[in-house]
Amino acid sequence: MTSTPIASATGPAAPDTPPRRTSRTSSYGRSERRLAAILLAPSMLLIALVAAYPIGYAVWLSLNEYSVRVPGLSRFAGTRNYEAAFSGGFWEALFNTLVFTVASVSLELVLGLAMALAMHSAFRGRGVLRATVLVPWATITAVTAITWRSIFEPGVGFAPQLLAKVGIGEDIVWLGERGYAMSVLILADVWKTAPFMALLLLAGLQVIPEDVYEAARVDGATVWQRFVRITLPLLVPAILVALIFRTLDALRIFDLPAVLTQGSNGTNVLSLLAYQELTQNRLIGLGAALSVLTFAVVMIVSFLYIRFVGGNIKSLAKD
Amino acid sequence: MSAASTPRSTSGTITQAGAPSKVRARSRRRTMPAPVQRGLLWLSVAAIVVFCLFPIYWIVNTSLKSGAQLSSGALWPDDPTLRNYRSVLQDGDFLLALRNSAIVATTTTVLSILVGSFAAYALARLRFPRKTLLLGIVLSISTFPVIAIAAPLFKLWSDLGIYDARFGLGLIIPNLVFSLPLTIFILTSFFREIPRELEEAALVDGATRMQTFTKVVFPLAAPGLVTAALLVFFFAWNEFLFAITLTSTPEARTVPAAIAFFTGSVKFEAPIGTISAASVIVMVPLVVLVLVFQKRIVAGLTAGAVKG
Repeated sequence: MTSTPIASATGPAAPDTPPRRTSRTSSYGRSERRLAAILLAPSMLLIALVAAYPIGYAVWLSLNEYSVRVPGLSRFAGTRNYEAAFSGGFWEALFNTLVFTVASVSLELVLGLAMALAMHSAFRGRGVLRATVLVPWATITAVTAITWRSIFEPGVGFAPQLLAKVGIGEDIVWLGERGYAMSVLILADVWKTAPFMALLLLAGLQVIPEDVYEAARVDGATVWQRFVRITLPLLVPAILVALIFRTLDALRIFDLPAVLTQGSNGTNVLSLLAYQELTQNRLIGLGAALSVLTFAVVMIVSFLYIRFVGGNIKSLAKD
Repeated sequence: MSAASTPRSTSGTITQAGAPSKVRARSRRRTMPAPVQRGLLWLSVAAIVVFCLFPIYWIVNTSLKSGAQLSSGALWPDDPTLRNYRSVLQDGDFLLALRNSAIVATTTTVLSILVGSFAAYALARLRFPRKTLLLGIVLSISTFPVIAIAAPLFKLWSDLGIYDARFGLGLIIPNLVFSLPLTIFILTSFFREIPRELEEAALVDGATRMQTFTKVVFPLAAPGLVTAALLVFFFAWNEFLFAITLTSTPEARTVPAAIAFFTGSVKFEAPIGTISAASVIVMVPLVVLVLVFQKRIVAGLTAGAVKG
């Protein structure tokens, strides 16, 4: 009973079990491997050249100092760039990034779940609803940022007046104040990605067999009990996958704060700080150091997820 | 009412604790009459639609305003005008950005499908050692923070002389790094669903592995290819960090970068009107694609994610 949604979450990813070898296929063995190598080579070469090599190069750049005035002039700096990062904006940017990640991902989960449940029970409007929730997802992030900026800009937008009427943030320039600016940033991200979360969770809901609910109904379970005891536990694998995706995405957020607030008023995040040092201040070494640190943060979090949540999924699958 | 919708026994097996009467009272409250349930459902559906579409309405509304209306915060334009659209479509820099985006997004999509489908076929069908490790590496690339690649590429592209290359050509290869993992996931899962027997029949008939791939698998995977192409196109049309790190002039800028740095095309007026018009113009093609291909897109999004 528990295996159905889990199988859909992990099953298809498991490598195919090779069919029994016949004399024909075994003679293919070597040529099959060679073909695989040929087919994989272009992708792997690209990934190696434009992903792996640059990251190694970033580490090298972060260990050097580059002259702002004389192009091409550089000297070895050891860990000085990292020291500058740690005594500069790194900790604040890390804090902002974590606040943003925790707040936006948890709001998206709650809202996405509510949306998924509504979409799951709405039979006639489902097609329209699906198209509707895809619209925020399809909106270019730069446009999302501009839209929400114009909604909260004093004079231009309607939100400040509307919220002041119900007593929230009177006399506040929303994008000009710490905390408030972050909440607009979170709201914009929730708008853009809660629908995506909803679609992932809807896919999870759709594989829960109907007869489980039927049995519970016969046993007299209420709507709430059915939700807490059946839907949620069976949805855990889908929720975990969605959480991992969204968390790793939120940690590297760049587009939204770059356009919405330019990182001002307590919204500077790791990627944006690295970008600013690199292109605006032309500090290649410091920018590279901050990029490497951003990379490290994302890798640590994905390692923690795999360590604790990945095992969780596997043990669930075994039940 | 309760006979129709309330289960036979309310307490007992499921809730053991608590006074039975309390449980029954609560369960009666939860099991609402059908019209009320339907009403609540439609209410939540309406809430979702408003939440998702209102900001879109707002940007369209802003794009139709001009002059003093732009700083009124009004929920509808008093005197709707297409002036912002006219001026943005006469803006040379914006048109260049549209051209560059079209070139970058289309080239990225074609190359990604071409290169990615080879890799996906190998991963889905062929037997070779360390397949899982390879898939894991491809997967982990897609979680890399873009800045960690953009920063060194900023230096590399400057050294190689392709920084700020015309038509945004310097953006295509960096885009591929993130679009390839996406393509490979989606296509691997689609290729796996194609019945192996069809390929084996072709092999028995004397087709080579390559012919089997191009003549049998590729056509059968058409829906998967469309899905992957759509998602890659969306990604490339949306890409922002490479676009602003590796370009600096309108000759090379793509749409998201151009919009972010837009200063307006109507003199002495708040730029938000023309920026909104530009935003609407670049949003339209994507919204049309979403409406036409919604099923394919959802299939791709959930396939890519569920595979995670």
